[in-house]
Amino acid sequence: MGAQLRVYKRRIQAVTATKKITKAMEMIAASRIVKAQRKVAASMPYATELTRAVTAVATGSNTNHPLTTEAEAPARAAVLLLTSDRGLAGGYSSNAIKAAERLRERLAAEGKEVDTYIVGRKGVAYYGFRERKVSESWTGFTDSPEYSDAKKIAEPLIESIQKDTAEGGVDELHIVFTEFVSMMTQNAVDGRMLPLSLDQVAEENTGKGEILPLFDFEPSAEDVLDALLPRYVESRIYNALLQAAASEHAARRRAMKSATDNAGDLIKSLSRLANAARQAEITQEISEIVGGAGALADASAGSDK
Amino acid sequence: MAAELHVELVAADRSVWSGEATLVVARTTSGDIGVMPGHQPLLGVLESGPVTIRTSDGGTVVAAVHGGFISFADNKLSLLAEIAELADEIDVQRAERALERAKSDTDAGAERRADVRLRAVAAH
Repeated sequence: MGAQLRVYKRRIQAVTATKKITKAMEMIAASRIVKAQRKVAASMPYATELTRAVTAVATGSNTNHPLTTEAEAPARAAVLLLTSDRGLAGGYSSNAIKAAERLRERLAAEGKEVDTYIVGRKGVAYYGFRERKVSESWTGFTDSPEYSDAKKIAEPLIESIQKDTAEGGVDELHIVFTEFVSMMTQNAVDGRMLPLSLDQVAEENTGKGEILPLFDFEPSAEDVLDALLPRYVESRIYNALLQAAASEHAARRRAMKSATDNAGDLIKSLSRLANAARQAEITQEISEIVGGAGALADASAGSDK
Repeated sequence: MAAELHVELVAADRSVWSGEATLVVARTTSGDIGVMPGHQPLLGVLESGPVTIRTSDGGTVVAAVHGGFISFADNKLSLLAEIAELADEIDVQRAERALERAKSDTDAGAERRADVRLRAVAAH
């Protein structure tokens, strides 16, 4: 076998091995999307009931709460950024990081200081490399987040929003995550989570023609709201985490699918080159044999004379 | 047919139980409360503890809820809890072990959780 042909054969082998790996990752990601979607669906009853309860309090009483009152001059905002722990998911993490950058710029333009909270190793690495300050970060569960993870994240956020701004607290909480629209579409979105506008929540939910009755609060509207709002924030963060996980798997599946396709193309063009090289080798051998036979015939014809 | 109310018992990550019932007894922060069909709209904060649901076919379902809310309107009752388990699902031995471990570690949260589980099983 010629040297050229051997090089092509070796490259084809290497690409085939890579293709097998990316294909496997693609299939694993595809099965995990389904699982993640099922988790999103399973968390829906709790979220809907909780939203109903918040709406009921919002329409049934005029209570004020630190989590619902707008600061007069917001000076500091917290941004919670959800990225992934692992790479090989195309532009998933960098899209979320970019969306967070845009949000930061907007908040800075409004004259607010920005505290960053990060979920996922990729986001932590991005901020670490640029030596930016990160208030708190969590890693290790972006693949399949549990409710306790959402609780862990919500705790310091709620704490800091209840603190005075002068003592290091924040006035607003924004969240940046990747919304799962469909298998093919996932968008990095940002939204303001706190302070919560009760009127807005009420508007979104009573738009369906449902009139909520006047509730009896046990023990009192304030206490119910006190217990309800942190749970509501946790449930929103949990939902964002689950959607981000589904998006991550979808992004990874897509990235791995195009990697597999590219490997297939590469193998095809390499095999063509290898065939051409083999053909050239054979042609050369034939012409060498023919040339050699001709030379021998010429030589023997000469000696006969 | 006796009056019934529809009950949804949901935890943060799943729907635990749903069905028709004639009576639901739960413990709110201001005391035990029993809800029967036609109760006035109610929204309350639950204490950790067992919740008893008397189903319309005469059976009883006991669940351990760890904090949460009870809300009742239009003959629909929802029990929301971060963690909720039916008494049948609770592994008694494991809960007992957890209780002892929590006591020796003086982990108040874990001790309370294990205690709630055992009380739910006892009430079953």
